[in-house]
Amino acid sequence: MTAGFKPKHQRLVLLLIALIALIGAALLAIWALRNQASYFYVPSDMAADPPEPGQAVRLGGMVEAGSLKTHADGITIDFVVGDGEARIPVVFAGILPDLFVEGSGVVAEGSLRADGTFEATNLLAKHDENYVPRELEDMHAEDRREIVAETTE
Amino acid sequence: MIAELGLAALWLAAALAGLQLLAGVVGLRDSGARIAALVRPAAVVQALLCALAFGALLLLFIRTDLSVALVARNSHSAKPFIFKLAGTWGNHEGSMLLWVSVMALAGGLIGLLERRLPERTMIATLAAQAFVGLGFYAFLLFSSNPFERLAQPPAEGMGLNPLLQDIGLAMHPPTLYMGYVGLSVAFSFAVGALLTRQVTPDFAKVMRPWVLGAWIFLTLGITAGSYWAYYELGWGGWWFWDPVENASLMPWLAATALLHSASVLASRDALRAWTIMLGVIAFSMSMLGTFLVRSGILTSVHAFAVDPERGTFILALLALNVGGALLLFAMRANTISEGQRFSVLSREGALVVNNVALSAILGIVLLGTLYPLLTEAFDVKVSVGPPYFNPVGAIFFLPMLVVLAIGPLLRWRRDSFERIQSPVVAIAVVALAVLAGVYFIAGIALLPLLGLTLAAAVAVASFLPLRGRSLRRLPSPVWGMVVAHFGVAVALFGMASDTAFQQERLVAAEVGDTIEDGPWAITLVSVEPAAGPNWTALEATLAASYKGGTPSIIRPQARSFWTPPQETSEVALLTRWNGQLYAALGGEAEGDRWQLRLWWKPFVTWIWYGGVLIALGGLLALIGRLAGDLKRRNARAQIALRRETTA
Repeated sequence: MTAGFKPKHQRLVLLLIALIALIGAALLAIWALRNQASYFYVPSDMAADPPEPGQAVRLGGMVEAGSLKTHADGITIDFVVGDGEARIPVVFAGILPDLFVEGSGVVAEGSLRADGTFEATNLLAKHDENYVPRELEDMHAEDRREIVAETTE
Repeated sequence: MIAELGLAALWLAAALAGLQLLAGVVGLRDSGARIAALVRPAAVVQALLCALAFGALLLLFIRTDLSVALVARNSHSAKPFIFKLAGTWGNHEGSMLLWVSVMALAGGLIGLLERRLPERTMIATLAAQAFVGLGFYAFLLFSSNPFERLAQPPAEGMGLNPLLQDIGLAMHPPTLYMGYVGLSVAFSFAVGALLTRQVTPDFAKVMRPWVLGAWIFLTLGITAGSYWAYYELGWGGWWFWDPVENASLMPWLAATALLHSASVLASRDALRAWTIMLGVIAFSMSMLGTFLVRSGILTSVHAFAVDPERGTFILALLALNVGGALLLFAMRANTISEGQRFSVLSREGALVVNNVALSAILGIVLLGTLYPLLTEAFDVKVSVGPPYFNPVGAIFFLPMLVVLAIGPLLRWRRDSFERIQSPVVAIAVVALAVLAGVYFIAGIALLPLLGLTLAAAVAVASFLPLRGRSLRRLPSPVWGMVVAHFGVAVALFGMASDTAFQQERLVAAEVGDTIEDGPWAITLVSVEPAAGPNWTALEATLAASYKGGTPSIIRPQARSFWTPPQETSEVALLTRWNGQLYAALGGEAEGDRWQLRLWWKPFVTWIWYGGVLIALGGLLALIGRLAGDLKRRNARAQIALRRETTA
């Protein structure tokens, strides 16, 4: 098929293929990023402007004291994540991260259900002094003090 | 005393790097200058001094000398010996010293041994190496001095992050650094060749072993890092598209492309400018990786040592080195004459497609990794994960595998469809048979289905280049290619199989309960306390029986460390040839029950076997190349000797 081309044209063909592929990759990546990146919400944002049910997002805030309940199966838990303005109920099935306690900060990965409950597939709690979920860095100073006090004791 | 000695050696090494750069620049400007003769010895002495400095830091960690700030921050007298050693590079300052030392050693080796390129190119290369090195010396000496003393030594050190107290992880950073630094050598060769306009097959031949070596280390580093994340984090996954993982994947992608394009340049004298460009990109990705990891600018489950100021320093180095190299490239690219021509349907053509696909994947990973940074500038916080990387990467990865299967069958320069028709049909038949079989029997998702199909196709195709050749006389680089390509198939099979067929059970079980998970029946025998040198733990004893066979005992733990205080989950693994049972112990649930997370992961281990095979393929190729170089060197020496004796 390409045998009819002159060598110089063959070089051009390859160059064109390469350019098209690379530009295509960039466009595809940008398009996919706009659709597939998972956005970060704090409870008041989520209450004011909820994401589409089922869309992968992340929710960050403080686990409200006294809200943690374990279901009869011993695996599923629910709790409330709040930021002082709004409260979002969260349900999670799995092994809790170490140092996940009421009153501490958490980032939950998952999606919002149609009934307004956040279904978490993964929880990131503050692990140790070297790892703070980045989104929690901007939290209110008193909240952060609480996290630090709670994890360094 | 040892600390001061180490610091002095480091300063001297930096001074020698300065001399090496200066002598190199003068030597390049004025080709008769005698000062240029200093470049090689400077590189060798610099390497020795760096080795001395690194040795000093090792000794300080072995002795747990708490008057040194770095040791006090990262070590503890009660730590096992091997982790005292690993503590040397398990922190920011130590790992940067390791970087500089390995880089100096590489420069010293080149200065001592490499004689194939024109001397001017060698001087330019070593000067470029010194330039890159000086940036890192400045970084170490001004902002991350590993030998800093404390006025008041503490009574006890602060310990090493327990997650890092693992033998696999102890070896992980040095392995990756060898890879990064190897690519710095490729970068220096590329700059040297550009400066002296000597982009020749000889240049590619000299650069190739360094790229191969770097690529082997990166392959092993990524494979080991993936296995570490798999069993240490306790989440059952083997790749999280985490920024730190991407930071090691991006240089690997660039190095893989560079390896293949350097082969074209070495044997066919084509792809000259492209090979130079890839040499620059590969090292840029190494530096970007270091920047991402060290600055902590992106959140990561792996980010242990983070400091924005240091990130800025590395970013400045990155801009200086890469910007300078790209500028040089832009100025010189039009003076690189066009190499040998080839037809689209040829080995070279296939390798170009492979290079384009690898570059596209690199771009996709790069954009995905940096996107959260971009949006943060507009105060929008996002994270980018598998829903982006998997499908978008696959669009280029899967076609690349098709080319990987067919490319090695093609001849150099020009080939025809007719000649390769029968092997291509054979590969296609295998692929279609697997596709149809898996689709009708298992009915799995599209990506793993295509993964299994292509794994089978590549596995068969990887051996086809051996057709009609004498296996005994086959050069070892060809064996290397066969083994590495087969490794890709093995790893891909493991990934697709685990994704498609893994079975997870999450339960709260009482002692005596039996849990079914796929072909396994797992009984919780007991939960007892356990203790180690610097931790206590809860330990579950599980009796796991495969398809009703004799049960094996495994013991997952939930560990609590006390220096520094932290809890980790020690998963227990039961490995069979066809997969792994993965068990993690959670906390206590109401009613005397224990949370257990169990996975049956069919063929998951093949991912890492594949990774090791890929690295082994690289090693075979490297041995073959080095043996060939040695033979030629001896032959040349003998000719020279004969000439002398006759004269």
